[in-house]
Amino acid sequence: MIHFVLLISRQGKVRLTKWYSPYTQKERSKVIRELSGMILNRGPKLCNFVEWRGLKAVYKRYASLYFCMCIDQDDNELEVLECIHHFVEILDRYFGSVCELDLIFNFHKAYYILDELLIAGELQESSKKTVARLIAAQDSLVETAKEQASSISNIIAQATK
Amino acid sequence: MNPFYSGTRLRDMIRAIRACKTAAEERAVIRKECAAIRASIDENDHDYRHRNLAKLMFIHMLGYPTHFGQMECLKLIASAGFPEKRIGYLGLMLLLDERQEVLMLVTNSLKQDLNHSNQYIVGLALCALGNICSAEMARDLAPEVERLLQFRDPNIRKKAALCSIRIIRKVPDLAENFVNPAASLLKEKHHGVMITGVQLCTELCKHSSEALEYFRKKSTEAMVKTLKDLVNSPYAPEYDIAGITDPFLHIRMLRFLRVLGQGDADASDCMNDILAQVATKTESNKNSGNAILYECVETIMSIEDSGGLRVLAINILGRFLSNRDNNIRYVALNMLMKAITVDAQAVQRHRTTILECVKDSDASIRKRALDLVYLLVNESNVKPLTKELIDFLEVADQEFKGDLTAKICSIVAKYSPEKIWYIDQMLKVLSEAGNFVKDEVWHALIVVISNASDLHGYTVRTLYRAFQRSSEQQESLLRVAVWCTGEYGDMLVNNIGMLDIEDPIVVTESDAVDVAETAIKRLGSDLTTKAMGMIALLKLSSRFPSCSERINNSIVQYKGSLVLELQQRSIEFNSIIASHQKMRSVLVERMPVLDEATFIGKRAGSMTGSASTSNAAAINLPNGVSKSSAPLVDLLDLSSDDVPVPSSSGGGFIQDLLGLDLSAAPEKSGSNPTPISGADVLLDLLSIGTSPPAQSTASATDILSNQEKSPTSQLDGLSSLSSLSANKPSAAVSSPTIDLLGGLSPNLASEDENGSVYPSIVAYESGSLRITFDFSKTAGSPQTTLILATFKNLSPNSYTDFIFQAAVPKFLQLHLDSASASTLPGSGNGSITQHLRVTNSQYGKKHLVMRLRIAYKVDDKDVLEEGQVSNFPRNL
Repeated sequence: MIHFVLLISRQGKVRLTKWYSPYTQKERSKVIRELSGMILNRGPKLCNFVEWRGLKAVYKRYASLYFCMCIDQDDNELEVLECIHHFVEILDRYFGSVCELDLIFNFHKAYYILDELLIAGELQESSKKTVARLIAAQDSLVETAKEQASSISNIIAQATK
Repeated sequence: MNPFYSGTRLRDMIRAIRACKTAAEERAVIRKECAAIRASIDENDHDYRHRNLAKLMFIHMLGYPTHFGQMECLKLIASAGFPEKRIGYLGLMLLLDERQEVLMLVTNSLKQDLNHSNQYIVGLALCALGNICSAEMARDLAPEVERLLQFRDPNIRKKAALCSIRIIRKVPDLAENFVNPAASLLKEKHHGVMITGVQLCTELCKHSSEALEYFRKKSTEAMVKTLKDLVNSPYAPEYDIAGITDPFLHIRMLRFLRVLGQGDADASDCMNDILAQVATKTESNKNSGNAILYECVETIMSIEDSGGLRVLAINILGRFLSNRDNNIRYVALNMLMKAITVDAQAVQRHRTTILECVKDSDASIRKRALDLVYLLVNESNVKPLTKELIDFLEVADQEFKGDLTAKICSIVAKYSPEKIWYIDQMLKVLSEAGNFVKDEVWHALIVVISNASDLHGYTVRTLYRAFQRSSEQQESLLRVAVWCTGEYGDMLVNNIGMLDIEDPIVVTESDAVDVAETAIKRLGSDLTTKAMGMIALLKLSSRFPSCSERINNSIVQYKGSLVLELQQRSIEFNSIIASHQKMRSVLVERMPVLDEATFIGKRAGSMTGSASTSNAAAINLPNGVSKSSAPLVDLLDLSSDDVPVPSSSGGGFIQDLLGLDLSAAPEKSGSNPTPISGADVLLDLLSIGTSPPAQSTASATDILSNQEKSPTSQLDGLSSLSSLSANKPSAAVSSPTIDLLGGLSPNLASEDENGSVYPSIVAYESGSLRITFDFSKTAGSPQTTLILATFKNLSPNSYTDFIFQAAVPKFLQLHLDSASASTLPGSGNGSITQHLRVTNSQYGKKHLVMRLRIAYKVDDKDVLEEGQVSNFPRNL
């Protein structure tokens, strides 16, 4: 299973964290510090796996961002790499050639997408199209709710003028 | 809307945070935002709850505390709209984890949402439950999730399946409820449901053997067929990755088959064909294909034996191992670790390639390869493999050396065919990576050396050569060299026990002493090394009587050492060398052979999970673990059971004696200016001597019986002495004991600087003024004397503008501190004190003298008094 997902910028800034195993706040910052130290310092040609405290961190760099998933010792590392790529492609389609700034200002969207991809540290959906459709459907639900709300508040505003 | 709240938008807050140049600025922005959010929460503001939580999530991600927002999540989840619930659940998953009690409050809302008519709201609830539910919540909500496994929309079914996985992990008892609905998921066509369904079934099999039996019977064939269909399926753009349809599903099905086939020949047989097909047909030029092959190999290795398939699998691993891609090589090494239990011979064929990987530039690969090599070693290949590893040790990265050294040491210890080889290899490791060698490794080496009596000469000479080439960084090499030089120094000098393979070397006695001296003098040496050096010097002093004088001189240098251990050893050894020639040779006899079995037993006791051989040894030794100290510690302290020497068990009696004397004597003489402290000290000694367990008392009697006294009469002496009566036996006992301390007593008087040793004097006295001097010395500089001058006014009138001046001859230097006051009240009602520091450049030859001049005013009248002090104590 995937214990946690981290997105770290090249400067070591955290862009997204998702924990599927219980870690306290203190442990979380320690984990992030340790792993980012190990991952950011690795050369470009080296393999994408780092052994860490009996687990394995599988990471891949996309432009300025490192995507990292931490898995059990006997999980399939190559598949997790594929998983990371799957996530990145979905992000890319959703944002239209995604960049770090998209993920900073729309971090909640990135989390919504991740939640359609992984639950309980396991893969949920292998079709990018399905994930995109589900996210779009929920986004439109939010939009309609907003429109309704603003029209109602307009009516109230009109009435109380 | 609340007109008073003018919070920033989420986007603006993120911008403001990003614009911060320093961490302090960032903290300030966050503090301001948090304050605004708290205020808004306090007002129970509905309209901004949504935005506040989004901000809090961002702040949380930066690592700031956000616990005050937890209740807001619950409020948002409880509200009716989808947008509120969506952000509420997201916040819940980010800000809380399963251990927080607050989470229990959300159970009810979750239950309602799991039954909601809007499937997206059901999806949100399932997702939250799957990601953070606790065991209690899992129990409460399991029926809802179970029902949702049959929900009409496949996207809910897949979420429910993963949620079930979490529930089973938290509460394994619930597994049986999920078996039937899970089985029905396997029949689906929707890939998402298939993937999650297969995962759920795999998880169920892990937790319940009944489930495993059930799926083995009902689903093995169906699974094989589904996988076959998938492998042969035509191009499907929605699921295609690099020419393979849904590798994720492939991998999960292979993993499920592995669980089904493990330990069951029929099921394994059933899946042979499809595994062979996957292993041969899958393209290996892309990562997705390799991921499938990797999983397939693992499945083949795990299921029941079918020779042909295993050959196929090993060949795939061989191809992986020679791949240029580091990721592929890494997983190949990883899988070979598992394959070694199945087919060690096949893995041995790749030994050279694996050995190359130990030298890879990638730390992850190196570590994997080293672990694998460690498993590959056996009696037949230990020599070439160890040679390769030790050669590599020279050039390895610093951070890798620790691991590598530990593994080499372990291999050598486990498989060494003969002692000389073991010693040779260990000496190489010590020279190459001395500082990475753990203590127990060189402890073990010393035990082995001590047991190999025919190799003592060879070892000590080899160590001597290695020591000549060593640098500051090789502490453990130094320690072993020092120990061996101390023990076998005579063999080193006289080339005793030459083996055919070695060249004779010329080492003089003073060269051997140099080794031990270097150990003490090197800047990098720590206390253990220095202490070992001391012991070695003591031992050499007896082996080489001609160097005894030189050794004594260098030991004496540490009498003033600030480190208690060194100081103590220095004083004790000095006294042994100087005053106890007869006893010395017995004291420093060569160590008796250390018991290997005991050492291994102790080691096994202190290290959990060590190799099976040492565990076996531990079982053979019922009491092997009972002593807490490592044998070497005993050994360093000259302890042994059959030689009557100071024994460290129970504190080392002689050391106790001497140590006690050191601390007790100054105190006693402090309160008793006339130093007749012998009896008092002895009393202390004896009172200590009787309190340790019988063993120590026995050793005390051993020592004293050298003075031809029967043990019983001494014990009588002990008891009678406590009453302080000066009867005969006690005097008899006290004399040898004091004699034992003989080397020390003069030192105490002259060198062990304690202020109260010198009586205070009245330096000057007139009818109206008295000056007394108190003396003390600073440690380490006997020529400097500190004087505390105290002035007392004996007349009825008080003195003002009191000034004290002093003059000394040229061989003295005088420093006057300022006085404590300038007014001296009359009738002896108060005093002024002033510190003086006198340094005697001809200390020991000339004594202190001083002239004084005191000026003060009485009733505005100047008074001047002068005098000379010549009654200073001698030796100042």
